[in-house]
Amino acid sequence: MELLLDSLFNGVAIGSVLLVAALGLAIVFGLMGVINLAHGELMMLGAYTTYVTQLIFKLPILKPFYNSYIIVSIFLAFIVSGVVGILLEKTIIRKLYGSPLETLLATWGVSLILQQFVRSVPLAYGTGLVISLLIGLFLPTTFPSKIKESINFKYFKFSSWIFAALTGVLTGSVISSSVSKLSRASARNVDVTAPSWMRGQVEIIGTAFPKTRLMIIVITLISVIAITLFLNQSAWGMRIRAVTQNRQMSDCLGISTEKVDIITFGIGSGLAGVAGVAVSLLGSVGPNVGGNYIVGCFMVVVLGGVGNLLGTVLASFGIGIMTDLIGAGRLLSIWPDMPLPLSNTINFFATTSMARVMIFALIVIFLQFKPTGLFPQKGRMVEN
Amino acid sequence: MRISRRILAGLATASLAVTATSCGGGGTSGSFDDTVTVGILHSLSGTMAISESTLVDTEKMAIEEINAAGGVTVGGKSYKIEYIVEDGASDWPTFAEKSKKLIDQDGVPVVFGGWTSASRKAMLPVYESKDAFLYYPIQYEAQECSNNIFYTGATPNQQSEPATDFMYKRSPAAGGDFFLVGSDYVFPRTSNTITKAQVKQLGGKVVGEDYLPLGNTEVAPIISKIKKALPDGGIIINTLNGDQNVAFFKQIQDAGITPSSGYYVMNYSIAEEEISTIGPEFLEGHYGAWNYMMSIDTPASKKFAASFKKRWGADRVVADPQESAYNMVYLWKQAVEDAGTFDDNAVREALVGQTFDAPQGPVEVMPNHHLSQTVRIGEINAEGGFTILEETGVVLPQAWNQKHPSSKGFACDWTDPSKGEKYKL
Repeated sequence: MELLLDSLFNGVAIGSVLLVAALGLAIVFGLMGVINLAHGELMMLGAYTTYVTQLIFKLPILKPFYNSYIIVSIFLAFIVSGVVGILLEKTIIRKLYGSPLETLLATWGVSLILQQFVRSVPLAYGTGLVISLLIGLFLPTTFPSKIKESINFKYFKFSSWIFAALTGVLTGSVISSSVSKLSRASARNVDVTAPSWMRGQVEIIGTAFPKTRLMIIVITLISVIAITLFLNQSAWGMRIRAVTQNRQMSDCLGISTEKVDIITFGIGSGLAGVAGVAVSLLGSVGPNVGGNYIVGCFMVVVLGGVGNLLGTVLASFGIGIMTDLIGAGRLLSIWPDMPLPLSNTINFFATTSMARVMIFALIVIFLQFKPTGLFPQKGRMVEN
Repeated sequence: MRISRRILAGLATASLAVTATSCGGGGTSGSFDDTVTVGILHSLSGTMAISESTLVDTEKMAIEEINAAGGVTVGGKSYKIEYIVEDGASDWPTFAEKSKKLIDQDGVPVVFGGWTSASRKAMLPVYESKDAFLYYPIQYEAQECSNNIFYTGATPNQQSEPATDFMYKRSPAAGGDFFLVGSDYVFPRTSNTITKAQVKQLGGKVVGEDYLPLGNTEVAPIISKIKKALPDGGIIINTLNGDQNVAFFKQIQDAGITPSSGYYVMNYSIAEEEISTIGPEFLEGHYGAWNYMMSIDTPASKKFAASFKKRWGADRVVADPQESAYNMVYLWKQAVEDAGTFDDNAVREALVGQTFDAPQGPVEVMPNHHLSQTVRIGEINAEGGFTILEETGVVLPQAWNQKHPSSKGFACDWTDPSKGEKYKL
């Protein structure tokens, strides 16, 4: 019983890391069909946001709230990655809809730029830049419609960008002068330390579970529930689904597909940011942190069936449980006296590297029989 | 690009020479008869840049020191050392390509370079076919002995063997079972093969081993295996690389695998530089084994650390790989001066038998092109350094490991033409 619980927990823990990382991609790749190779770097931005938030919460004025910095950073990471995603969509991806190969190359380029960006720009000014983007992109949308419709709107827009740039530089220098660790660029990996209430273990039915893992499971669950509710219950969610299924018809019926694209991409990118917070709790934060997850993310989305969130959820947990079953050689402890050749085979695959080989092989075999994944999109897809 | 770098380098050394003369330190430093250009080849970009750039800094410092003290004197003429730094870009074929460039185009008599075994294996054929020289400063898995490479880092019998012995006999977990964890590439696998043979000889038991593919940070299956194999604590030998250590130590601490509950980790790839990245709070109470540790309390060690900090910044640390890099520049200088020429074969002969008062203590170049070194076992403390617990005498290097089944009974001796790369003892 204890063994089963432990195994199940481990599987769910591994699966939830995969799921939270793949969730954003399931939306961007699954719903919009955009192959975004910069997805991992959007995660990386989320992880760096956690690091910056942690350092800012160490300042004397915010010190009393230090323990809650991780909660705050989840929201901030969503916003930061979301904003960068929106900028990416507005400037690059929008021009490339319908040409997947070009999108793939362009987003790969973006991923390299983002990696080098965090290496060569001091994080304080990086934060400033994100704040400028945030103000520049959203301030004009808050103007009353009278201004928006006037012919001088472009001047208003321009001046709000100037205001945004100034605010960005100002916050950059304030952060830079108050947190010395953020004032210098460094290619060195940095470290996020979980607040004290999240360290150590918690005992459930006689088995001890690491609290950070539980936290990641909770983050994942909340993200999945929130995104499901959003897609199925809200007006914008309905529009997103409509556009996914039939873009031209939705356009004819008066849905602004342009806005839908921005929102979908923004949410997908924001979720990547949330995933960044989760992975920063497990390992170190560095320019390459996202690249380690990108293959796994695509694997989960393809296995689950493109365009289907339930498939993504099941695929992640499936892979997680299989990884634990094979990688830790669980079958041997369940059935200790199995015949020798069988137990030798299981022992051979019971290392992390070989378990990965085995899982990739199983997925390849599975896709031979069901090329569209666990839950293929049903119904007529006009754009295919 | 290259020219400007050379000018910069020249300026740096020149300014240093000026300060030296103005202090009245080096009388001859202002006037050299000639210059000699050496090659430095490490990754300045990509994943290995963080580690390898520290070696470039150390090698530059050693060269500047030598120049400030009058340069290299060969055949009655004083030579100023200049250097060309090339970027291996964390990409192994690039290392081979840049080696060719340094040897053929720039005509350097020696290249100081490399970090990963993969980069060395890529460079080896280049140096052997052109009969050129590479000095390689990293502790590695050995099982190699080239006539064209000088290895100034530790071989397994100068690091992992004394460490395993310490863990099994004298650590708080003495007599306990072993679990081996490493990144999935040649060094951890070879090192663990040796450890397994040694543990068997000692009468201990290896209850499990696992390898994490490079870049993977999911250690949950490894943790459950450790817990299953070592339910009441034991010895963990860790050869994980780089960032994977952060994931490993964060997660084992959360899972309750700590020194206070009887689990002691011996690390072969964690030096002072890595401790500060991972965070001493995750590593306190675990162990490390190196030839050089910054906490060595001798004038030579203190001087080394102080001049590095003075040259590159007070927050910088020195560690074992840097010390090896520092030693190799000095050993090359001594050999060239003894040989009286930059000619390859003469330098090769002169180098064997060279001794140097290194920051770690005296080292000597042995006939198998490796160094005799002192081995130290340290416990990681809260300040991010090592508390040195044990110090061996001088340990001779084994290019062919005597515990590894494939190389048992073999040795290497380049001074005797009848023996060479691999001969039976």
